[in-house]
Amino acid sequence: MTHLLSIADLGREGIEEVLRVAEAFAEVESRPVRKVPTLRGKAIATLFFEDSTRTRLSFETAAKRLSADVLSFSAASSSVKKGESIRDTVETIEAMGMDALVVRHASAGVPVQVSRWVRRCKVVNGGDGWHEHPTQALLDCFTVRQVRGGVEGLRVLVVGDVLHSRVARSQVLAYRALGASVTLVAPWSLLPPSLEGWPVEVAEDLDAALPGADVVSLLRLQAERGSGAFVPSLREYTARFGLTARRAALLAPDAVVTHPGPMNRGVEIASDVADLPQSLVTRQVANGVAVRMAVLFLLLGGAM
Amino acid sequence: MAERERSHTRGGSFTPRAHVLSAADVQRALVRMAHEVAERNRGLDDVVIVGLQTGGVPLARRMAEALHDAEHVEVPVGTLDVAFYRDDIGLRPVLPEAVTEIPGDLTGKVVVLVDDVLFTGRTVRAALHALSDFGRARAVQLAVMVDRGHRELPIRPDYVGKNLPTRRAEMVDVSADGVTIGVLG
Repeated sequence: MTHLLSIADLGREGIEEVLRVAEAFAEVESRPVRKVPTLRGKAIATLFFEDSTRTRLSFETAAKRLSADVLSFSAASSSVKKGESIRDTVETIEAMGMDALVVRHASAGVPVQVSRWVRRCKVVNGGDGWHEHPTQALLDCFTVRQVRGGVEGLRVLVVGDVLHSRVARSQVLAYRALGASVTLVAPWSLLPPSLEGWPVEVAEDLDAALPGADVVSLLRLQAERGSGAFVPSLREYTARFGLTARRAALLAPDAVVTHPGPMNRGVEIASDVADLPQSLVTRQVANGVAVRMAVLFLLLGGAM
Repeated sequence: MAERERSHTRGGSFTPRAHVLSAADVQRALVRMAHEVAERNRGLDDVVIVGLQTGGVPLARRMAEALHDAEHVEVPVGTLDVAFYRDDIGLRPVLPEAVTEIPGDLTGKVVVLVDDVLFTGRTVRAALHALSDFGRARAVQLAVMVDRGHRELPIRPDYVGKNLPTRRAEMVDVSADGVTIGVLG
């Protein structure tokens, strides 16, 4: 495996290998010196054509913990503004001796395209349009596995704006590959037009689905992708699909709640629910670094 | 070292040629090395035993037991996986094999590193680098069940179970049954 573009590239074995290596890196996070010399001399660039806080910081932290050099590119402050094409940008950055590129773009398929242009760089999809966000799904699985002891056989609800969510697409692939069942809970307007071929069930009544769930994966209502226009009002959305305190009380005692962030507190998740112990949000962020260390290590030094 | 050289990524299976030490021989050597550790350090104050993953870990535990029998002291035991510190990352598949668990800050401690086989010395070099991230040990000593020669770095053991001249292509296996020399294939 030369790139990480989709969860489908990994398969069950590949996912399990990432999670296993990530465990070793999670231990590094607990050491007095939280840095290992593993990728000394390697250079990693983060190419973000779309804004991000946690994904970029998480990848850059991961690269630094591995002793790699990090080059940070964001379209907003670059020659892309002068009209330079993505291809020229990528070739320029690769020519500076990069070993891996983490690519985020608002359009689906850009990381795949970039992977065809590069000569020797490894490409990691840091989120492309509505398509996929593989490292997010990996860190979700890692976090759930850490808390629940395993993913096999769990019942996962993916709740909210599935239509615009790259996280949902990667999660469905990852959770299914690891043997969990997935149910999408969303208004019809926020589901993709066709679910043919998706190994999922669909439900519209969140209250009925919650008591049987082991994992509730909340998706962000993506105002910047216009998802506000797909629901009558945010209040109505919250009333039917928001994880309110009343709904959180319906959950089984060992059920967990994940959210990829950034959270719209008061919309898809009530503020006090976000701070409950069942909410794994901050643990997800912490684990994100270890999981991305594992991905970079496997692509650049390990055995991927 | 032998553990990793033998790992499936290199291909081939281990064919035993000669049984060099029995299980009882290994136990006797361990007890002797434990006494040497206590003698050399004039007791076990500040001594921490760290087994290298994976072959050194059971030996480290057994050495701690032997020390307990001899000196009636509980010596802290840790484990160390050096995958992230190896110098051959990118040359061949390197994967962490098991957990690292160091008991507390090593600053001021005497660390006895334990491994099954000492070969090129590269695992020990990686281990010394890794240990320094857990504090500044007062001293690091090296105990190995088998020293098979062929060093590539200026590293020598402080405690040796058995010096075993080998050919480079041979493999040395240390298990619960004792020590066996063999070849791949």
